[in-house]
Amino acid sequence: MIESLYRIVALLRKELLAILKDSRSRVTVFVPPILQCLIFGYAASFDLNHVPYVVLDRDHSGASRALVAAIERNGVFERVATLNNAAEILPQITDKRAALAVVIDRNFERQLMAGKTANVQVIADGRNTNTAGTAQGYLSVIANDFSRKWRNEHGYAAAPGVHVITRAWHNPNLITRWSMIPSLIGSITMMTTMILTAMSVAREREAGTFEQLLVTPFRPYEIMIGKALPPMLVGLVQATSIFLVAQLWFRIPFAGSYVVLLLSLSLFLAASVGIGLFISSMARNMQQAMIGSTVVVMPFMLLSGLTTPIMNMPAVAQYLTYVNPLRYAISVTHQIYLEAAGVGRLYPEMLALMIIAAVTLPIAAWMFRNRLT
Amino acid sequence: MIGAWIRAHSPGIRRVIALCRKEFWQILRDPSAMAIGVILPLLMLILFGYALSFDIKNLPVAVVVEHSSDDTSSAVSALRLSPYFVVHPASTMAEAEHLMAKNKVQAILRFPPHFSRDIAQGNASLLVAVNGTDANTARIAAAYVNGAIRTWQARDARDGIPLPEIPNVNIENRLWFNDANQSQWFLVPGVIVLVMTLIGASLTSLVMAREWERGTFEALFATPVRPGEILLSKTIPYFIMGMLGLALSVLGSQLLFGVPLRGSLWLLILLSSLYLLVALGIGLVISSVTKSQFLANQITFLVTFLPATMLSGFIYDIRSMPMALQIITHIFPARYFVSSLQTLFLAGDVWAVILSDMVVLAMMAAILMSIAIKFTRKRIG
Repeated sequence: MIESLYRIVALLRKELLAILKDSRSRVTVFVPPILQCLIFGYAASFDLNHVPYVVLDRDHSGASRALVAAIERNGVFERVATLNNAAEILPQITDKRAALAVVIDRNFERQLMAGKTANVQVIADGRNTNTAGTAQGYLSVIANDFSRKWRNEHGYAAAPGVHVITRAWHNPNLITRWSMIPSLIGSITMMTTMILTAMSVAREREAGTFEQLLVTPFRPYEIMIGKALPPMLVGLVQATSIFLVAQLWFRIPFAGSYVVLLLSLSLFLAASVGIGLFISSMARNMQQAMIGSTVVVMPFMLLSGLTTPIMNMPAVAQYLTYVNPLRYAISVTHQIYLEAAGVGRLYPEMLALMIIAAVTLPIAAWMFRNRLT
Repeated sequence: MIGAWIRAHSPGIRRVIALCRKEFWQILRDPSAMAIGVILPLLMLILFGYALSFDIKNLPVAVVVEHSSDDTSSAVSALRLSPYFVVHPASTMAEAEHLMAKNKVQAILRFPPHFSRDIAQGNASLLVAVNGTDANTARIAAAYVNGAIRTWQARDARDGIPLPEIPNVNIENRLWFNDANQSQWFLVPGVIVLVMTLIGASLTSLVMAREWERGTFEALFATPVRPGEILLSKTIPYFIMGMLGLALSVLGSQLLFGVPLRGSLWLLILLSSLYLLVALGIGLVISSVTKSQFLANQITFLVTFLPATMLSGFIYDIRSMPMALQIITHIFPARYFVSSLQTLFLAGDVWAVILSDMVVLAMMAAILMSIAIKFTRKRIG
């Protein structure tokens, strides 16, 4: 028992040295997560800031100018040109000078004065359906506000109908970054730890040192622990640095408990390292390990709820997400961060992560010995 | 006859052909290299095309009706009939809050006790609560529930007493180049970028670094082969593989999702070749600087794959990023490729967009390739 512990500690030391002794490799393990967190934190948002647009005002009236002023005041839209005829719209949008064209009808003011519906056309560049949809949504809010104000100023009673009050829990202003950055802790560490793990065994196989390891008194589970713990430790350091960037730089509110976060991240890392080891136990060389982990990591990232909600996915894809550790990591970090969830609420996710680790790690250990080529 | 001419006139070409043949054998012998050229494009097409959708369907909503009436039941059945919602009835607000806390529903819609009376008096209000933990989904969910209420009111008004017409601004939305608003049309060009990046940069850097690591490069240096010839023999096979990936992605996108190719095919091939050369250049430079498969892999991932997903405008709009980040996106080739690809597929041969992108890519390719040649000089150390 004690001997086994000695062996594991020795292997752990050797593994950590292999990752950390080279200064270039130290840099590539610890700096990228911080850079990625900063870049993703700013880049990964569907909120719009600068949307170039053009206006074709066919009405030239006080009301149409007031509508354009309302669009300008919103701050998101930046007018790049004021057009005089419809033929000018096409080149503006095709050449990507503008993302939107707002066309105000000739009878805009007259319709409003007559108490009727006045029309505005919004033409959007469909090459980016996301931006187009969001920008059109912003504009319809502006138009609604404009209508309400117009009615008030012109002595119409408040419109009959149901007033809808919308409230958002945990994130009252629905700031994308509050959801995005906590999910990055899992996403970034998974990418690096899984590849790190997969490559580490493959590197030894390619160099022939893995066979040497197998003829030593090490038992498969000892090799497994020796190979699994160092990437987990590296992953925890990475997760901590991302967490610090989130707290100190982006100042994301953290409502939950650090202990619960640490516990669930450890389980998550065990599951990702398990999958990484599983891939590396199948791979003959580093190329296979790299390709294998890319082919696995990519669907994991896409099917995790990071970019699009899981409930939008077709049923088959939703079932696939059950074996994806990142899915649980993102859901758990969100809940800890914003909802202050404790173990009592998170146990289904934690249990799932444990099962993934408990299945992949022993299989990898078994494969080490039984796949000798 | 051509073979005889080559043999007689150019030993260089002969050497390149021989090295290429060796590279092809190596690719064919290891099934994983083919996996990245064939399986990966198909896998990504399927994922992006079927699994990733920004449009919500079957949104689970808890509906709290504290006092049932004709109005509430007509509103609830309107929600039930809509393909966008799955209604979970709850009798109290506490019950609904419990459902939302357990992530069983994404939104709560609450009809207050005197809803019908309030409607008659014209001051009815409704509460929509969403779970802001996932801000994006929450925003879409809130907008959908709001939209459903508005539609229900309009229809309700049509059935009964019509609402008096009031001055109102109505927005007619139109989407050019993608009338049906299919997000696949917008995502598929992204698949091509990712496939080409993986083949061009990741795979090539790994293969080159392997030669450095194993010392087979030093062995090559002892032969009459020149550095340019070595680079050519590494570039040609992976270039062909990248083009195979392109062909599969384009074919797949047309057969599976009907993504139109409105621009010309030769321009698509030219543009992709330029990007592929840039990616190959990056892969070659990184591998000859690091000379280690592990480092080459990590760095290539960081400088090619991540920018291609995050900073290329393929998912997140560059115009909305902070200025500093927008400037950074100009360093990475993916941005130019994505912009031109989206244009070529959906808009056509728009020279104002494509020409400048191609010039930048061509310059990047030239610079990277000359750096790569410099680094592959016969150095042993």
